[in-house]
Amino acid sequence: MKKKILAAIMAATMVLALTACGGKEPAADPTEAPVADAPADETVDEPADEPTDELIKVGIINNDPNESGYRTANVNDLQAKFTKENGYDASFAYSLKNDEQITAAQKFITDGVDYLLLSAADVAGWDSTLQSAKDAGIKVILFDRTIDADESLYEASIVSDMAKEGQQAVDWLLAQGKDDLKVVHIQGVMGSAAQIGRSGALDAAKEAGSLDIVEQQTAEWNAEKAQQIVQAVIDAGDEFNVVYAENDDMAKGACAALDKAGISYGVDGDVWIMGFDCNKFALENVLAGKWNYDGQCNPFQADYIDDIIKKLEAGETIAEKTIIMDEKGFDAATITQEDVDAYGI
Amino acid sequence: MAGQTKVKKAGSFSEFLGSIFRNQLVIPVMALLILALFNLIADPSFFKITFNTTSSGEPVLLGNLITILDYGSELAILAIGMTLVTAASGGQDISVGATITIAGSVILRVLCGNAGSRPEELATPIIVAFLVACVVSMIVGAFNGVLVAYFKIQPMVATLILFTAGRSIAAWINNNELPIISEPSFGYFGNYIPGNPIPTPFFIALACVIVMMLVLKFTNLGLYTQAVGINEKSSRLNGLNPTFIKLLSFIILGLCVAVAGLIKVSRLSTINYSVVAKDIEMDAILAVALGGNALSGGKFNMTASILGAYVIQFLTTTLYKFRVPADALPAYKAIVVIALVVLSAPVVRTWIADMWKKIKPKAKASVKEGE
Repeated sequence: MKKKILAAIMAATMVLALTACGGKEPAADPTEAPVADAPADETVDEPADEPTDELIKVGIINNDPNESGYRTANVNDLQAKFTKENGYDASFAYSLKNDEQITAAQKFITDGVDYLLLSAADVAGWDSTLQSAKDAGIKVILFDRTIDADESLYEASIVSDMAKEGQQAVDWLLAQGKDDLKVVHIQGVMGSAAQIGRSGALDAAKEAGSLDIVEQQTAEWNAEKAQQIVQAVIDAGDEFNVVYAENDDMAKGACAALDKAGISYGVDGDVWIMGFDCNKFALENVLAGKWNYDGQCNPFQADYIDDIIKKLEAGETIAEKTIIMDEKGFDAATITQEDVDAYGI
Repeated sequence: MAGQTKVKKAGSFSEFLGSIFRNQLVIPVMALLILALFNLIADPSFFKITFNTTSSGEPVLLGNLITILDYGSELAILAIGMTLVTAASGGQDISVGATITIAGSVILRVLCGNAGSRPEELATPIIVAFLVACVVSMIVGAFNGVLVAYFKIQPMVATLILFTAGRSIAAWINNNELPIISEPSFGYFGNYIPGNPIPTPFFIALACVIVMMLVLKFTNLGLYTQAVGINEKSSRLNGLNPTFIKLLSFIILGLCVAVAGLIKVSRLSTINYSVVAKDIEMDAILAVALGGNALSGGKFNMTASILGAYVIQFLTTTLYKFRVPADALPAYKAIVVIALVVLSAPVVRTWIADMWKKIKPKAKASVKEGE
């Protein structure tokens, strides 16, 4: 029996080791877009204001589109922008794993792309790859996520400022002039950039004494966990009037718990609901007055990247390497149907 | 004469205690009692159950105990299947979280039909969607089962395939969209049936448990599974088909997964591929371990596993109730889990029973002296 248990533990360790070494994920394998197969001269009949004969070759490395609604929107945005019509010859590679991304990057370098666009899975381990890209004369642009590498290795980095998102939301909350704010704070996965940024402003406001946090707990981006946490607060009989959830799913879970307890929420309700990420369903809820606020985490980075490439092609230099995107916050009082259609992901 | 009966009583009493310690049920039951006692001392309001009305005017019961019944139920359903897989194959299926996502995705896909991801009306009755999901997750289970039973791959390695790929497959089934079902009756399975104040998942779990208990009582499934788990060769020599039994255990787990998937997607009438049922496989395996079942297969106790599932939810709810800081939550959980698993390990249980035997003669002697 002892041997059997030992064997089982050994097997488990081996499995874990295997996973750590990177089990192949079929859907996340580097895949190339079929764009490359189409003959290039098909686009000649376009009334082009750009030279179509000289396509700019870009290699785009992104995370798996299935990761989240945010990522899906991000991938779709990039695919819509980097087309032959817009003067690009783009290849795409998707993976949630750093080593697979690096392999894809090396392939793009060998293929001799002009630009390497990168949303890295992991902050570390990119130095040598980016150095070899630089040696090959390939310009690197980071989007969505930064990495720990020397600034000279890339041309620009286009990122969301999560702390700013949190600050915008908290500023909005404090500007409503409601006294005695009692917040239930539902956090994302602890240590993730979005969690740290979005929690920061709220914690600061609590330190400053402008609001009170009744409960602060991580639901790990999970709607059901958020529901349980809010349920526990309700069961304990504690009073609260704001739910500050760090993403839309968790806000939705919180609403389910409130529904169950018969507590009203939204514009006319006892509890205010705040979410993040601007999912379509979330913005619809804000529009309907069921939620009060939703903060954007901008997945539409293609225009920014396009802009930078144009500048670099024109021989201009990029003054500020880190470019922080504009991000909106939607308030139930001001949101319109157009906002839902334009910014919902 | 009177003394003799006394000795006999003391003997049977210590034997009784010994048998309790050797009984598998003792660990989950004790864990439940300890958690309950802790809550009772720390804050008795934990056990408060209130009668409430939802926003839509339906009566419901609310309270921590109800939350435990509610969320522990899906885990209990999974624990049923996981116990069988563990017993028959001597390994665990780590793909259940991903297969729940697939099952949930299939349900939503069938319900949406071709009407896009926000159907006003359901394209098919819920029961049809559920049956399709049952078939799909039984096929998924069979896929795992074939790898384990026919190709003799270690279960954890075999199920690693779907563990990594499952969520992507689930997203692909719905073209990476997040369907939202507006039909209220779809929400009944994960919440409440109007007029019934007890959460539906509890009844679903109860039905699954009853069916499983009847199957175990009136068929040889339990006996055969244990025989295969204890010694595959000798069970074959005795005319059993170990390959089939193992395959069957994975298919039954697939069925349990479909039921859990229905509850999961019904709760919020939508799905999020990357986080729904995340890490639930670990909780299901833990439930089996907490039930004192050897993870290396062989003998099993279904009731203990099911109780184990509720113990895990009891612990989670307790931690939420006591506002454990978010960054410390996993650490607290780990400490309790380690303690429980060590206590429920067969080695430790035998050791405790042996210790009791050593104490027993002394107890007898002291009774005699007292005479």
